[in-house]
Amino acid sequence: MTTLATAPRTQTQRTVLRERGQHEVFCGLTGIVWLHRKIQDAFFLVVGSRTCAHLLQSAAGVMIFAEPRFATAVIDERDLAGLADANDELDRVVGELLDRRPDIKLLFLVGSCPSEVIKLDLSRAASRLGERHGPAIRVLSYSGSGIETTFTQGEDACLEALVTAMQPTEKAPPAASGPDQLLVVGALADVVEDQFRRMLEDIGIANVAFLPPRRNSGLPTVGPGTRYLLAQPFLGQTAAALERRGATRIDALFPLGVEGTSAWLHAAARAFGISPDTVERVIRAPAARARAALDKWRSELEGKTIFFFPDSQLEIPLARMLSRELGLVPLEIGTPYLHRDHLEHELALLPASAILSEGQDVDRQLDRCRDAAPDLTVCGLGLANPLEREGFTTKWSIELLFTPIQGFEQAADLAALFARPLDRRTALKV
Amino acid sequence: MKLTLWTYEGPAHVGAIRIAASMRGVHYVLHAPQGDTYADLLFTMIERNGERPPVTYTTFQARDLGGDTAEIFKTAARDAHLRFAPDLMLVGASCTGELIQDDPGGLAEALELPIPVVPLELPSYQRKENWGAAETFYQIVRRLTPGTDRPELTDNVPTCNILGPTSLGFRNRDDVVEVRRLIESLGIKVNVVAPLDASPADVARLGAAHFNVVLYPEIAQTAASYLKRRFGQPMTSVTPIGIGATEDFITEITALAGVARPAKHRDASRLAWYSRSVDSTYLTGKRVFCFGDASHAIAAARVSRDELGFNVVGLGTYSREHARDIRTAAEGFGLQALVTDDYLEVERAIRDLQPELVLGTQMERHIAKRLDIPCAVISAPFHVQDCPARYSPQMGYEGANVLFDTWVHPLMMGLEEHLLAMFRDDFEFNDTAQPSHLPRTSTAPATAPPPAETQPAVAMTETPPAAGLITIAVPSWSPDAEKELGKVPFFVRGKARRNTERFAREHGLATITIETLYDAKAHFSR
Ligand code: SF4
Ligand code: SF4
Repeated sequence: MTTLATAPRTQTQRTVLRERGQHEVFCGLTGIVWLHRKIQDAFFLVVGSRTCAHLLQSAAGVMIFAEPRFATAVIDERDLAGLADANDELDRVVGELLDRRPDIKLLFLVGSCPSEVIKLDLSRAASRLGERHGPAIRVLSYSGSGIETTFTQGEDACLEALVTAMQPTEKAPPAASGPDQLLVVGALADVVEDQFRRMLEDIGIANVAFLPPRRNSGLPTVGPGTRYLLAQPFLGQTAAALERRGATRIDALFPLGVEGTSAWLHAAARAFGISPDTVERVIRAPAARARAALDKWRSELEGKTIFFFPDSQLEIPLARMLSRELGLVPLEIGTPYLHRDHLEHELALLPASAILSEGQDVDRQLDRCRDAAPDLTVCGLGLANPLEREGFTTKWSIELLFTPIQGFEQAADLAALFARPLDRRTALKV
Repeated sequence: MKLTLWTYEGPAHVGAIRIAASMRGVHYVLHAPQGDTYADLLFTMIERNGERPPVTYTTFQARDLGGDTAEIFKTAARDAHLRFAPDLMLVGASCTGELIQDDPGGLAEALELPIPVVPLELPSYQRKENWGAAETFYQIVRRLTPGTDRPELTDNVPTCNILGPTSLGFRNRDDVVEVRRLIESLGIKVNVVAPLDASPADVARLGAAHFNVVLYPEIAQTAASYLKRRFGQPMTSVTPIGIGATEDFITEITALAGVARPAKHRDASRLAWYSRSVDSTYLTGKRVFCFGDASHAIAAARVSRDELGFNVVGLGTYSREHARDIRTAAEGFGLQALVTDDYLEVERAIRDLQPELVLGTQMERHIAKRLDIPCAVISAPFHVQDCPARYSPQMGYEGANVLFDTWVHPLMMGLEEHLLAMFRDDFEFNDTAQPSHLPRTSTAPATAPPPAETQPAVAMTETPPAAGLITIAVPSWSPDAEKELGKVPFFVRGKARRNTERFAREHGLATITIETLYDAKAHFSR
């Protein structure tokens, strides 16, 4: 099924291809692969099937050097017989797990398709288990199921659960009722987080916190003085939860490339009443460095066409960065879900010629990709080799989640990620 | 509910996908949520297949659950038939699809497609990947061999089918080539190989053979048993891995085919000579732990003992369906078989046994890496690096050569080991000395570490060993014992340290002295 709809809010009246068919995207469970690395004392227990366990293992790339901080409580036929049973079983498994891993301070019960279809109430289980094992261990729940979440939406659901656990900020004295905290939201590589923290502090924002925190004990507070700045474009539910807790969103481009990172930092400063000159002073050197580094890639990438299969929801900010800073030409930009509010500025900066598609019918999209014959195709792992085999040059999209790409210092790394497959194609004589 | 960290086998429907992906002209319509499409990457990444597996996933969502998931399935099946024009369609559900009870078989039947449609009922909450593959292959065979008449056996040359090789089977691609060559060299014709590269039309011709070669019982046993009942076709029982098993296999198939058994040829495989050559003396009695699917693990144990002179100290499988076979085999080695799909249990067993070589799956490779024990992969599940570009079968004579190379390679070779021991006190021959061919400038590593590269997804979770995994108190070393330990050649020092500590623990000693060190050495020496 394909419908053409007109985007209501973009000035360009861009049409969006809406597709409903086979999706070829991971489910939200996949987020565990990077989230467990980010929150170092958290454990992710999926309540699901053998399929869920196998997905995690395959997405994590089976690099098993140690006991991982994620696992699956695999539902079996006995659990399907009666629900009371399943809750007891879950309690037992959690007990077993916490005995093995005394280092765990934050336990996520992660819902899956099977747990949802049999209506296993994990939020109730989380509060029950939280009472039993708390306060030393915090127990939260969220859904990473494929019927509810697509790939990065798993992180959204996880952060939303963390928001519900955040303590309210101590009431500020009525005189100082302006913004009192900047909350950067979305998992970033530690190195990127440190760079952003340094710059934001240099700009003069004193109280900067990050969500997710690196450790359970570092979970920030939230309140009406909280201004939050999204570092990732897929956090719709988390944003809504923060708003419910009184926080206010700072509207900005996403911090990809020089333009995005500059705009992102400027927006933060503006919200805290800091002058643009101050920001410019702080970012002058790193921005110039990044521009110089990008220049080296521009000549190589300029004019190359690019086609995005829907995957991480990073597609739109990426296409913006690649087209405006490196001269790539996006042909189709697929996204699993189009969050218009958060992407308004991004959409306005996309070249008018690019087709935007939301949702997926993978076979039709493959047909369109073949017709478009792009120089570079961004897609998931299941499609990459088959497309290469057909002669297309591809870039695995999942790498964009595992690699530090945000901020000035990483702008050229981002360019390199896209240039490498093209270089390789040129280099190979076989 | 069972706590699962890593799994040896995927779900049953992945087994079905393996069959579909092995064959030509087959398409699988799977009622499943979007996340289940991850299965594609197993084929496109691990095996580097140039095509997506022939699967249409319905990818229903929560909002569909109230009403029209059945309609979504029908649309998907109809579209898949139009787009891919398969000769045969498999229909079924993944674990979530099973719970919503839409009956894909019934829905597909209602479409009245002009091709055979095979409904698969794979109980996701009981069964696993290999069972799913075996059941799927059996259902296809049953569906395509209707009626009661066995096809006419036309020529008077004896013929057989080769059953069981699949996509994502360990070295199956090459084993087929090797075994086919072997069979044909005996004057037996190969009628059909299935499921790998077979079309539904090929499967329909299975009856036109005198017997069936069961290459992988895990996949082919169910179908072969059916064919035996159905057409009276006998089947083989030997998996030809290693020289001894290959000889037994030749004996078995020549008998089944009624052709003369050629005399054994001493140099048919280099393994026999290499194993006898003096350098291999040092392989004698190496303690080896074998784990994998039942047929590969059992074969590995036999080759280890009879053809390489190893001492098999552990034997096990993750496949409960074949528990009986492995228990019987283990008895022959005076062992109790380890039957478990819990990789932590396998890790415990390996740690306790302290083998000198591990032959296992990619799971055991990681266990061995952590415990610093040499390892070779012998069975699925495997990793992209176990799918080599070169020809490297496991079966037949050439397979035996490959086994020799890949299992002996991780071990220190004899002469090398001897020389290391002789020269261990030489000034440039210990672990603190720099390689003599590098400039001797400072004590720092001679070359800078390579710049950190972007890691691809399949190399993502290189977690450092988790704290709390091993929680036993370590006895302390007295300074002179520590010094004495330093005299042990570096390549066995880790083992000496572990053994001594284990000995001290078992004997309740808090401090390790020189005495303890040598007591332990005596205790653990064979
Ligand atoms: S590449 Fe990774 S999974 Fe493969 S063997 Fe090495 S460590 Fe194991
Ligand atoms: S899509 Fe559902 S059933 Fe499949 S792996 Fe994800 S959560 Fe599990």
